Amino acid sequence: MEANPAALPNSAAPRAGIRLPGAGVGLGRGYVVLYLSLMVLIPLAALVDESLSSGLGNFWNQVSSPQAVRSLELTLVASLIVVAINAVFGTIIAWLLVRDEFPGKAAVNAIIDLPFALPTIVASLTLLALYGNESPFGIDIAFTRTAVVVALLFVTLPFVVRAVQPLLIEMDREMEEAAASLGAGGFTIFRRIIFPNLIPGLAAGVALAFARALGEFGSVLIFAGGLPDTQVSSVFIRSQVESGNEPGAAAVSMVLLLASLLCLAAISLIQRWGSRHERSTGGGLVMPMAGEMPSETDVKGGDDELR
Amino acid sequence: MSSASARSHVGSGAVSRWSLRILGLGFLALLLAAPLVIIFFETFKDGVQPPLDAITSPNGIHALKLSLLMVVIAVPLNTVFGVVCAVLLVRHKWKANALIDSVINLPFALSPVVIGLALYLLYSTNGGWFGPTLAEAGLEVLFSVPGMVLASIFVSLPFVVRETVPVLQEIGTEQEQAASTLGANAWQTFWRVTLPAIRWGVAYGVVLTTARVLGEFGAVTIVSGSISGKTETLPLFVSKEFERFSEPGAYGASLVLALLALTTLLAMNLLKRKEDA
Repeated sequence: MEANPAALPNSAAPRAGIRLPGAGVGLGRGYVVLYLSLMVLIPLAALVDESLSSGLGNFWNQVSSPQAVRSLELTLVASLIVVAINAVFGTIIAWLLVRDEFPGKAAVNAIIDLPFALPTIVASLTLLALYGNESPFGIDIAFTRTAVVVALLFVTLPFVVRAVQPLLIEMDREMEEAAASLGAGGFTIFRRIIFPNLIPGLAAGVALAFARALGEFGSVLIFAGGLPDTQVSSVFIRSQVESGNEPGAAAVSMVLLLASLLCLAAISLIQRWGSRHERSTGGGLVMPMAGEMPSETDVKGGDDELR
Repeated sequence: MSSASARSHVGSGAVSRWSLRILGLGFLALLLAAPLVIIFFETFKDGVQPPLDAITSPNGIHALKLSLLMVVIAVPLNTVFGVVCAVLLVRHKWKANALIDSVINLPFALSPVVIGLALYLLYSTNGGWFGPTLAEAGLEVLFSVPGMVLASIFVSLPFVVRETVPVLQEIGTEQEQAASTLGANAWQTFWRVTLPAIRWGVAYGVVLTTARVLGEFGAVTIVSGSISGKTETLPLFVSKEFERFSEPGAYGASLVLALLALTTLLAMNLLKRKEDA
């Protein structure tokens, strides 16, 4: 399932395969378009409509209110810090899982996906128990901006690990050995050989983690709270809904929506670039966790099949 | 860190290898393992009875049932959609495919609160596009089960499509062609050849969808109003119990959700192995 479509033997296969009968295709497409419209597009259109309903001027007033700006700044800065930390630790963890051997490695590998499976509100509650005023480690960071960062670190942890891991598995180690035999030091080998091969996966993992961090809500809620100082944008949006300021909530939501679209566009570009990179070097860009990774290139591959 | 990784691969740095292990595994222990351990600890610190009483209270049972209801409705709808959509994307070229593909990715990148707000605005009886009409027809969407189902469907929509598309591409079309050469029609080919070949991929998507629906909090919290015993799923119950300073309830329900998460991880690992086999 994690195979790269570009490398599949069947990509040059002739058309056919399971195809819906003529009328079925039209019916199927109608169903897909209707489902996506009802479930996703029309609600988002209502959001866009609400945010602009009282004019661009009012939209701008809502977005530039001090509390809104503060929440957006915090969200952006915390997300940037989080992806930077996860880029480093994610790469270390991926390296340990691929190149190192230690007891319990299989269990460690399995637990990496825990943040995908554990409800965010549960994560928030447990982080508060661990790093709140009753902390067994004596670390109390609850209701601070540090808590926002720690909560976001938890939920975004798997992205970089799962993006870098397959690249490390596929990497050709002969190059590293050749470089070492020619006298290259450890740092040179990492910088000149290992790191360049990891860039596509690292970039995709970072972009996904960033998108996730920007919109995160549940894990921040209990642990960091909704104090003026620790209010990320999603928490701000909910407080605006609760206090009846729907235009304000919709305006900040529009900013997050635009940020999400930008992240998705970036991920799509990274993937296209990664699959080109893959053809030229033999490394591969593989999804961090197939379920979490948008894959426009996959669909492109499918189209090629029919040409 | 960088120099260490290469050097220890080359085999000369036991010290750097150990420092990487301590860094990486320490990070995981503090961030992932410790939370799992503390849930058990906090749940049972005053014995088994308090958490058990809290989650078997009428509100607790109702929350569990409502969470299961979300799964029972949202997962099959998204599974059927996911398989049909994946087949269309992979096997039937269409101009709109790239656009459809992008729309499917949206729920991954969007904040759940933004999703909740979008549904809230659409179905609000006070000026939403659909709200007033549906209210006249007697259908309450907001602050009731239909709105929560819509939120669950939205947030978990991409998983089955995303898991099925690569598997469909990987299996190729030769067996399907053989089946149709032997006279099978499209439906026979789908049921007898394609579906068995993609079943583990679809199942993996279903597991992820289920986990997402069970754990969803942000979107549901906005559309449900979180009314105890009425529109409260398990994650909302956790939050409400916490606000009420009822720790046994919050941790008891958290433990149930954490056990479900561990089951999910187990299922993911088993299915990965089936797929790779």
